[in-house]
Amino acid sequence: MDNTHLDRDVLSALQEVMEDGYPELLDTFLSDSEERLSLLRKADDADRLGATAHSFKGSSSNMGATRLAELCHELEQRAKEKKLEGIEALVGEIDGEFAIVRPLFEAERQRSLAE
Amino acid sequence: MQPLEPLTILIAEDSAADRMLLSTIVRRQGHEVLTASNGAEAVEAFRSQRPHLVLMDAMMPVMDGFEAAQQIKALAGETLVPIIFLTSLTESEALARCLEAGGDDFLAKPYNQVILAAKIKAMDRLRRLQATVLEQRDLIARHHDYLLNEQRVAKAVFDKVAHSGCLNAPNIRYLQSPYALFNGDLLLAAFTPVGDMHVLLGDFTGHGLPAAVGAMPLAEVFYGMTAKGYGLSETLREMNAKLKRILPVDMFCCATLLRLSFQRGSVEVWNGGMPDGYLHNATSGERTALTARHLPLGVLSPQTFDDRTEVFPMAVGDRVFLLSDGVIDTCDANEQLFGVERLEQVFAANRQPDALFEEIEQALRDFRGEARDDVSMVEVSLLDAAQLSPPAPVYSDSGQSCPLDWSVSFEFRAATLKRFNPLPYLLQLLFEVHGLRAQSGALYSVLAELYSNALEHGVLGLDSSLKRDASGFARYYQQRSARLDELQDGYVRVHLQVTPKGEGGCLTVRVEDSGKGFDVVRVMERPVDDVRLSGRGVSLIRQLSHHASWSDNGRSARVEFFWEAQA
Repeated sequence: MDNTHLDRDVLSALQEVMEDGYPELLDTFLSDSEERLSLLRKADDADRLGATAHSFKGSSSNMGATRLAELCHELEQRAKEKKLEGIEALVGEIDGEFAIVRPLFEAERQRSLAE
Repeated sequence: MQPLEPLTILIAEDSAADRMLLSTIVRRQGHEVLTASNGAEAVEAFRSQRPHLVLMDAMMPVMDGFEAAQQIKALAGETLVPIIFLTSLTESEALARCLEAGGDDFLAKPYNQVILAAKIKAMDRLRRLQATVLEQRDLIARHHDYLLNEQRVAKAVFDKVAHSGCLNAPNIRYLQSPYALFNGDLLLAAFTPVGDMHVLLGDFTGHGLPAAVGAMPLAEVFYGMTAKGYGLSETLREMNAKLKRILPVDMFCCATLLRLSFQRGSVEVWNGGMPDGYLHNATSGERTALTARHLPLGVLSPQTFDDRTEVFPMAVGDRVFLLSDGVIDTCDANEQLFGVERLEQVFAANRQPDALFEEIEQALRDFRGEARDDVSMVEVSLLDAAQLSPPAPVYSDSGQSCPLDWSVSFEFRAATLKRFNPLPYLLQLLFEVHGLRAQSGALYSVLAELYSNALEHGVLGLDSSLKRDASGFARYYQQRSARLDELQDGYVRVHLQVTPKGEGGCLTVRVEDSGKGFDVVRVMERPVDDVRLSGRGVSLIRQLSHHASWSDNGRSARVEFFWEAQA
């Protein structure tokens, strides 16, 4: 499978660590991410935007959402440098990336429950 | 790998997924986990549950990780609570902020279990190390307090013994660190029953408690024997034998022992290993060094110990100055010793005898830059006998068994006269009679005079007129010592008779010697107040006792003491 969006090695390591808690971790990540996305959409200053992007980057990287983490990193940098021009497009990209990984995580959750 | 004791680890992380993941990793490594989702919760959790280690996200709502880290470090106090910042921060500025806030390490996202385990282990080692250091510091502090307390107790006990003497007599000035005992320095002074004064300045080898250990028995011997009327020689022999017996080989006591005789105007000196003392003549300004002629106390066996003393004349106002080697051995910044020459310069520059101590101290401070605490000095001056008031002896028995009708005779022959002083025994015997105790001073003085007359002028045939001037004085005591060494024949007899008289009683003392006698009539014609250097002490005897008389051409002296009913 393609690792551009989701790093399968990270997922299997997570499953090994979490054992029975693995599906719950995936759930938590998804609902956490929804919340962070809505914060990103609503953010009206660079600091808040940067802080949220920073946290989102951290948990995305932990969950193996490689591309999502990269986009959050870019947003964090832009917020820090106050280059807010065209920032909505970047937030939109992050939205789009999450829309891609979300079903992948849900499928992963189903797969692990079925094991 | 050595299994770690499980730790309680606080995880402060606002991202629920990250918190869940990290908690699971840490728990699987065998530790207890506490969680907080912001800085304020983290501080509260730390306050209530005191975890061993904290994993702290930097960016959190309500209170960020930096602020929380500072508060936790403040709450932890001296205890090391390692804080590992969880961060995907990469800028050096941000990492520096973590350290400034009290962070001890970082862990980057995404988490790596192996690195996390290694960091927890490293931080735990650090934490334990710090705990051990604190424990040992406290232990050392406790030991130190304990030691100080022991020293306080030892000092208190010792002060009871040491201060039973007369260091506060008006003719003594001294300077000693309050803890001189633990530098091995010892200063003792006491009156003899005849009103002479014994002074000892001693310096034990070593420092601390070991140096103080020998001081107690030495002080006991000093006070015990001085109070019983023993002279320097007997006291020295006993002190030496005792220290030799109880001290380890590498411990001994340098000491100078003085006997100031106010009535005779003389000072007897024995110096074993101490720096020179000085006898300062107030009239001529001359200083005589009192040099060490012996090994310290506790070195030689009783058989080889040398108790020979030197005697110097001393007039009212003359002073003896003794000091410990702390004075001479004071070093300056370049390891130069203060030395005897500098000390003598201070003496030479001194105009006001009373300021001498301060001048020496000042010279030491100027030389070294600070005062040392092992400097002991004592100055003893000769006062008119009338200005001193030796304390009355204290007796502990009830007096119910007091003997009242008896007589006894002794004959002390040459071999005994050489080395034995019978006076303390005779006096102890006489003080069983309570009626005599009230006049103990007079009784001591008279017996001492009678005995030394019989021995020195009678048996040894010494000429008392020698003692008229200072050089003759020294010659007199040299001759005394030489003739005593050579003595083959001769005797001193002492007859004591106690008879009851009504409610009181009477003591008759007769002292006879084997000498040539003297012209009783001529000596008795002298005025009674002549108690200077020469003159056989006859006037003194006549002043202090009743019916003093001499017969057999002065070879036999007889005196009486009376007492009334006891109150």
